[in-house]
Amino acid sequence: MTEIVLREALKRGLEEALENDPSVFMMGEDIGEYGGAYAVTDGFLKKFGPDRIKDTPISEQAFLGAGIGAAAAGLRPIVEFMSISFTLVAFDQIVNMAANLRYMSGGQISVPMVIRAPTGAGVQLGATHSQSFETWLAEVPGMKVVCPSNPYDALGLMRSAIKDKNPVLVAEPALLYGAKGEVPDEYYEVEIGKADVTREGSDITLVSYGYGMRPTNDAADVLAERGVSAEVIDLRSLSPVDLEAVVNSVKKTNRAVVVDNARRKGGVMAELAADLQQQASEWLDGPVMRVGSVDVPWPYNRGLEREVLVDKDNVLDAVAEGYGL
Amino acid sequence: MASSTKSSSKTSSKSAKSSKNGKSGTAGQDDSGVGAKTDHLELFRQMYLIRQFEIACGENYSKGLIRGFLHLYIGQEATGVGAITSLRDDDYIVSAYRDHGHALARGLDVNRSMAELFGRATGTSKGKGGSMHLFDAAKGFMGGHAIVGGQLPLAAGLALAQQYEKTDALTICFFGDGSTNQGIYHETMNLAAVWKLPVLFFLENNMYGMGSSIERVRAGGIDFYPGMATYGIPAAEVDGMDVLAVKEATELAVERIRNGEGPQFIEAKTFRFVGHSLADGQKYRGQEEVKEWEERDPIVTFPAQLIERGLATADQVDEIKAAVDEEVAKAVEFAEQSPEPELSEIHNDVLA
Ligand SMILES: Cc1ncc(C[n+]2csc(CCOP(=O)(O)OP(=O)(O)O)c2C)c(N)n1
Ligand SMILES: [Mg+2]
Repeated sequence: MTEIVLREALKRGLEEALENDPSVFMMGEDIGEYGGAYAVTDGFLKKFGPDRIKDTPISEQAFLGAGIGAAAAGLRPIVEFMSISFTLVAFDQIVNMAANLRYMSGGQISVPMVIRAPTGAGVQLGATHSQSFETWLAEVPGMKVVCPSNPYDALGLMRSAIKDKNPVLVAEPALLYGAKGEVPDEYYEVEIGKADVTREGSDITLVSYGYGMRPTNDAADVLAERGVSAEVIDLRSLSPVDLEAVVNSVKKTNRAVVVDNARRKGGVMAELAADLQQQASEWLDGPVMRVGSVDVPWPYNRGLEREVLVDKDNVLDAVAEGYGL
Repeated sequence: MASSTKSSSKTSSKSAKSSKNGKSGTAGQDDSGVGAKTDHLELFRQMYLIRQFEIACGENYSKGLIRGFLHLYIGQEATGVGAITSLRDDDYIVSAYRDHGHALARGLDVNRSMAELFGRATGTSKGKGGSMHLFDAAKGFMGGHAIVGGQLPLAAGLALAQQYEKTDALTICFFGDGSTNQGIYHETMNLAAVWKLPVLFFLENNMYGMGSSIERVRAGGIDFYPGMATYGIPAAEVDGMDVLAVKEATELAVERIRNGEGPQFIEAKTFRFVGHSLADGQKYRGQEEVKEWEERDPIVTFPAQLIERGLATADQVDEIKAAVDEEVAKAVEFAEQSPEPELSEIHNDVLA
């Protein structure tokens, strides 16, 4: 075990893929000379050269689309967006091309591509740079979406994403690049589609992912002080979602609060709450409570941004409102 | 750089013009040039196959056996055939939604292509793609794409893979005049030029994007090739009604790409004799214009030329027609008799 930060974990996953598989290469804005907007690819250009670490023009549609073409031809491109907010200008390529290609070709063409993008609010970047569109893309069939909350999962999921035969979005919580955690020195992977029960408990199930794990864990700590034993689940994969793991937990705790760091409306947790209501209603002692960030554009001001962002008090309020705990 | 800035118009392009991107501008005239190396009758057979296939599609659309949007390639056969017969088997082809002609010129199975349009299990995409989404990866035919302009970076990416793997294979990308008004068009041209990708951008300028004539929606007139100077991409204009001229222009561009000179651009002036799709009543254009272009119909003019120049006999032409007519009739029969896909098929091919 070695303690590293999440950025290092991602970097390690990328670096070993570049070392071991000549069909892996990277593309993105300023990933080479500049070293990456969040420094994940720092040093890569020198190590792997410009054929494999490709700085692109500011043309998200074209370079994401080119990634799809290269993947369709059998390479394994890893495409970086500077921010998940910028995926919007390439949504057509992601959805209509990357995710649909296999289906509309009757299975003839696969797109083994990784799309990496920093996601989430919290550093006062305002409305256009603080969004979390992994929740939108999690709805799209034909692709997978993962979002790690710690270095262990970041490395394990990155390895799986690069090996996957499908387009995989790795949403990287921007606030967590510096988050520390233990990572084994031996090789391991984290399977896409498998949630992680990060804390066992018996009284209530709290579900989140990515940066949302922070307020969720904090709330679980407070509950523990009050003598309430919370089971905490980190989804890790938003598509496919490990519904079974959540249902199994609810069967034990009979209570559920789902926490989305993204805007509350229309998110992954909205979907999960509906599924739980349908599949676990007989075990539930109350309504599935859904918590998320406030449904407004992200404000710049620090105080306002904090107000919008989901926090532990929002989670605790939901626990109290739904279950009187 | 755009090698010519000579302007063109619908009327001037009536006089058969050959490629202006090099010194050899005698295709279709000189039997010692491209013409002599080419199996002319095969070119005719392919063009005629496409024409008859499209006519059959129209008929079966009217019968309700083909549904959805159906865009026919009638009138544009010389461009697709001239271009695609100038490629190698290891090259990739990317098309838009008006893709039947390109697919057939690449040698996609006629029966399975027709079956795809009928939505049958035997179709190229098992009935899940339809007219706008024909694919045959084994033949390097990478679709069939129905978001206007969306196929452009796909082609750049396929070319990127060819470059990455240090082959001298290339990718040809067909697109219409309408797609040049998409931002992705400019992004892709720039990216391909910056990275010197082995891609041949092939614009089929048929003067209209659905009901919009170029003049109404584009600042700068009906010629696109001069604008390629902006990206430093060598560009040529060619008469898209002259299969040999298209072939010659394509061969030259292909040679340059294989020599490592980076992306090339060809603009073929062509025309669809029919509506944009089968839903089009063509209120936006006069029939005189259509008639003028129809006088240059390659299905009529090309075999007449061959006979006149003693390169083929009327009997040979008739034989080809008879064989193709039968092939298309059989394809329709095959499609009609093919089973519908199993309903469980909806879950297949979502993820690999
Ligand atoms: C992004 C997008 N916008 C609009 C359409 C609807 N549409 C389909 S074809 C077409 C016209 C395109 O014309 P052009 O590129 O010249 O090709 P042509 O049909 O002439 O072959 C339009 C507007 C679409 N498919 N995709
Ligand atoms: Mg057009």
